[in-house]
Amino acid sequence: MLKIKWFKGQWIHITFSKVLLYLVMLLLVAFTALPLVFVVVTAFKPLDELFLFPPRFYVTHPTTKNFSDLVVTLGSSTVPFTRYIFNSILVTLVVVVLTVIVCSLAAYALVKFKPVGGNVLFNLILVALMFSPHVTKIPSYLIINKLGLVNTYWALILPGIAVAYNCFLMRQFIQQYPDELIEAARMDGAGEFKIFVKMVMPALAPAWSTLVVFSFVSNWNDYFSPLIYITSQAMKTLPLALKTIGSGIGRAGATNAAAFLTTLPVVIIFTIMQGRVMETMTYSGIKG
Amino acid sequence: MSNNAKTAALSAGNKETTVARKANLRRFWHKNWMGYAFMAPFVILFTIFIVAPVITAIGLSFTDYNMMQTPHFVGFNNYKLLFLDDDVFKTALSNTVKFAVITGPTGYLLSFFAAWVINQLKFKRAFALAFYAPSITSGVAMTNVWLVLFSSDRKGYLNYFLMKIGLIDQPILWNTDPKYIMSIVMFIQLWMSMGTGFLVFLAGLQNMDRSIYEAGAIDGVKSKFQELFYLTLPAMKPQLLFGAINTITSAFAVFDIAAAVAGMPSPNYSAHTIVAHLYDYAFIRFQMGYASAIAVVLFLITFILGRIVMKTLSSRDE
Repeated sequence: MLKIKWFKGQWIHITFSKVLLYLVMLLLVAFTALPLVFVVVTAFKPLDELFLFPPRFYVTHPTTKNFSDLVVTLGSSTVPFTRYIFNSILVTLVVVVLTVIVCSLAAYALVKFKPVGGNVLFNLILVALMFSPHVTKIPSYLIINKLGLVNTYWALILPGIAVAYNCFLMRQFIQQYPDELIEAARMDGAGEFKIFVKMVMPALAPAWSTLVVFSFVSNWNDYFSPLIYITSQAMKTLPLALKTIGSGIGRAGATNAAAFLTTLPVVIIFTIMQGRVMETMTYSGIKG
Repeated sequence: MSNNAKTAALSAGNKETTVARKANLRRFWHKNWMGYAFMAPFVILFTIFIVAPVITAIGLSFTDYNMMQTPHFVGFNNYKLLFLDDDVFKTALSNTVKFAVITGPTGYLLSFFAAWVINQLKFKRAFALAFYAPSITSGVAMTNVWLVLFSSDRKGYLNYFLMKIGLIDQPILWNTDPKYIMSIVMFIQLWMSMGTGFLVFLAGLQNMDRSIYEAGAIDGVKSKFQELFYLTLPAMKPQLLFGAINTITSAFAVFDIAAAVAGMPSPNYSAHTIVAHLYDYAFIRFQMGYASAIAVVLFLITFILGRIVMKTLSSRDE
């Protein structure tokens, strides 16, 4: 056993089993992280390195040509690549904002107003946690079709707002918010809506930050909804567009750059919000 | 529900005059309208896009609706066709079940075990990020990587490596040979499996009440593993249940990775899944009645499994 002086004057004990444990964990990190590193590396590989034989993992002459290719080459086709980015950002942002507002309002009402019938809604939400969204896709499509919303942004936005999971998560968190504070504000004559906006929501920032991350990730990556609702090239979001860019030799570089651009935002968002997300996730257990 | 009981008690106590009834109604409305106003947007959208669709799907599954002609009631015909005559569905079902049975429990246990180990290490945040990151990537975007890694020619990384160390002398057709396709899809799924469940476990472990371990030590709990089985796991039932339900719904919904890696339809339907079959009949052939029957089967499988784990991991009485 080895003793090493750590910073702040702490001692850490290094034992053989601990070293082994860290080694195993690092190996697993390699397993999870290497494909992601590969996305980054290939996005900056010049064409000759992409098709090198024998294959080489790392890049020797990094270039940003793939990214300019993505904009320039595809720019000459009918739909510029920037349009897909715009579509993805627009749809994702609108859904995230609306789902946070709508689900928080409902969760708050469920917990603090306890209206008659609230239990029924909560049980329906619990049931809805237990099946994948694909189950509802056919009737949803028929409804969107009836409303004349096929191939519009609304088709991607409307069905994504009232998500059972989001409301469930907010409910778990709002339960921790003390009733006394709300009562006190009522005594002071504050309106219910004002209490919600000015007091409850700011206090629940960690909870809805988590919602922001999760709904950003799931909407940004959603492949199935645009696949069924979107019929024209110009309305496609990134995941769907990625499939149609094609993987011909001339476009391999551009495809890699596109994959990089699609993957980057979600990882960045999570890294920034990680602390808050971890705080919230404790409350997402189900008593059953 | 207590409001309901109160209102009922009040109305029982009062004489059932219209005046009293009106007063009750006013009181009911006064007590509840704020809650209803707050819930309204959610309830409307939830009804239109979740509740009504589930009911409609069940209804449609007994018809021959195809979006052009008026639907006819056909009884259990769709289900009969599905289970007795549709060989492609049988393939899809068996692929999906195989996939779910292997990746579901493995991913679940892996997530918990990883969370448990990480919770005892230094640099928790960095480890957590590295383990969680794969699950938030777009399955379609990552296909790029997998297709290079598992490319069927000798330039594919895996083939090149295996040939170099002499394990094989011909490149293996990883993503075109039906023998290997499903294994590749499972591998990718496992790579992405430390998702929401993993985070919930980690957060639950971090916030575990330390005093139960001290009490346990007095009661004779000695090793880390005894701690895990006798103290940690029972205390984490709500998180375990949440993770399990998450795992079940996503394991049976496998589609985009399979379609992206193996194509649609995949060679010999080797990566065909329930959702792929649903997509095929609903949005390519527009046989909505038949496709709804597929949706109902998917619903029943996940729902029944969900109820079972809920019964097993319930902690409501504690």
